[in-house]
Amino acid sequence: MQVVKKALQQPVSLILFIAAIIILAIAPQYAKRYTVISLITILMYVNLTMSWTIFSGPTNYISLASAGFFGVGVYLTAVFGRELPLYALAIMGGGISLGLAILIGLLTLRLKGVYFILFTFGVSALLRHSISWWEATITGTVGRFVRGPGNETVYYYLLGVTVLVFVTAYVVRNTKFGLALQGIGENEEAAAHIGINVTLYKIAGFGLSAIFMGATGAIMANRWTYIDPTIAFNPLISFLPVLMAIFGGTSRLAGPILGATIFTLLQEYLITSYPYYYMLLMGITLIVVILFLPEGLLGLMSRLVERLSRIKVIKEFIARFRSA
Amino acid sequence: MFANFLDIVITGLILGGIYALVAVGLNLQYGVGRVLNVAHGEFIMLGAFLTFSLFTQFNVNPLLALLIIGPGLFLIGYVVHQILFQYLRSTSITTDIFSGRSLLVSFGLLFVTQNIMLIVWGADLRQYTYLNNSISIFGTRYAMNRIVALIFAVGISVGFYLFINRSRLGKAIRAAAEDAEMANIVGVNIRQVLGICFGLGAMLAGMAGMLISLMFQLQASRGLEYTVIAIVVVVFGGLGSINGSLIGGFILGLVISFVNFLDPSLSLIAFYAIFMLLLIVRPSGILGRRAHAGR
Repeated sequence: MQVVKKALQQPVSLILFIAAIIILAIAPQYAKRYTVISLITILMYVNLTMSWTIFSGPTNYISLASAGFFGVGVYLTAVFGRELPLYALAIMGGGISLGLAILIGLLTLRLKGVYFILFTFGVSALLRHSISWWEATITGTVGRFVRGPGNETVYYYLLGVTVLVFVTAYVVRNTKFGLALQGIGENEEAAAHIGINVTLYKIAGFGLSAIFMGATGAIMANRWTYIDPTIAFNPLISFLPVLMAIFGGTSRLAGPILGATIFTLLQEYLITSYPYYYMLLMGITLIVVILFLPEGLLGLMSRLVERLSRIKVIKEFIARFRSA
Repeated sequence: MFANFLDIVITGLILGGIYALVAVGLNLQYGVGRVLNVAHGEFIMLGAFLTFSLFTQFNVNPLLALLIIGPGLFLIGYVVHQILFQYLRSTSITTDIFSGRSLLVSFGLLFVTQNIMLIVWGADLRQYTYLNNSISIFGTRYAMNRIVALIFAVGISVGFYLFINRSRLGKAIRAAAEDAEMANIVGVNIRQVLGICFGLGAMLAGMAGMLISLMFQLQASRGLEYTVIAIVVVVFGGLGSINGSLIGGFILGLVISFVNFLDPSLSLIAFYAIFMLLLIVRPSGILGRRAHAGR
């Protein structure tokens, strides 16, 4: 209840959020086909990046298991897409990812820092190779065709997940849960000493972030007509959310959204304008961002605001604005 | 039976030698410098492609190409470290933050290097033939280039082992791997040593690339596979333990060669399974000290 009260105390942000959702909800009626496809890609990355940030943002445990959770969802749709409706697939994708996340969480309790990163990367890769092997030697077929609902359905399902992720991230951030995760990130031993059940919170946070990745995967599978393990468990899906979150900045909720949106747009622009140099330019962008924008776009913006507010004219303007 | 066994051992030693070189290179960069360089595999492919071009365009013997590729990649690695990672280190507050940020920067490096290779050499598979006449050992015939690769892989590994364990610079590197701050206090020029370590890592990657180009087809996008192998071997041998990487490389090479003999499609799964089991059971690796695991 306190969370609701807090949300109501920030009317501007609340109105902005609701307005954004309404605009996105009616966009497909007016937008071009290509715009809807771009929006689908953006929403997918927003979902993945936000859910990644729920756990990895405050705790500093960098997870590269995203491709694993996403891929489980994708594969679920690839296998059962003809028998089950999309909402069931999305829920199942989320559920199986949750189970997988709890299992990984239990196995990696002792691992910290780079060992955790490597283990989660290993999970995604092991899943990919195991399914490839299973299909090649046991069932004898690699890859499947998916014939799902159209782009608009995919779009609305993704938007639904986006709303859920956003609300979840907000609730986590503004409750004891978020504080506990923050404490674990700052000093895990100290957090344990003041009575935080570190194990429980870590697994719960990790599981929570996995649910939305699995659901997003189950929905996104319909965007591709052909799916095999290499597509479903593409390692880039593990790396991009990390980059996008850091690019945007993880100190506020808007960071991952901003990061994912701008990064995706940049990526689309570079792919279409410079198909041969796209990766090169992406790499250079990445290096520059990490070197010179350590706190992401949010950090850059707050630094700009700070610098601007030091200029005399603007200072006076703000002062007059405040007194009026 | 004996022929099979010998075949497994020879393949295992070749793979092991390559694994060892690749892993020692990465261990110098991560274990000492705390840079988990995911672009390591790209340096390997760069070495392989340079050998390819030197051989096909300028008729340079691949084994002599080592003399160009080794110093060349050392220089690239050294410069990259002193420009990018040194700056990153000086602007990061803690080692953890530095590790995370340097991982992401090396991803950028991966994209850049891979793309340059795609532009220069294209996306197709490349291969050249050198020394592919066969010789017979105990009645089984082996391609000459595999035997040469075996000799070079083992030779470079032994040479590097001696360098690390016997030379003055090797001692400084081992000291920096144990405790960089302490090493700095007792008079090791840590900035210089870290740069040299990164350069040596790139050099070993390039040399491994030359050995790979002797036997396998090359493709610009294959680098990440080798990075993953290197990471697994480094963890297996213990982070920061150069000797662990050398021994671990050969052990894993033999294991993978045996799995390959049973069922080639299982080898990647075996690789990841060993890796994850190891992380759960003994994250500090076979020769690593427990203290490293917490970092």
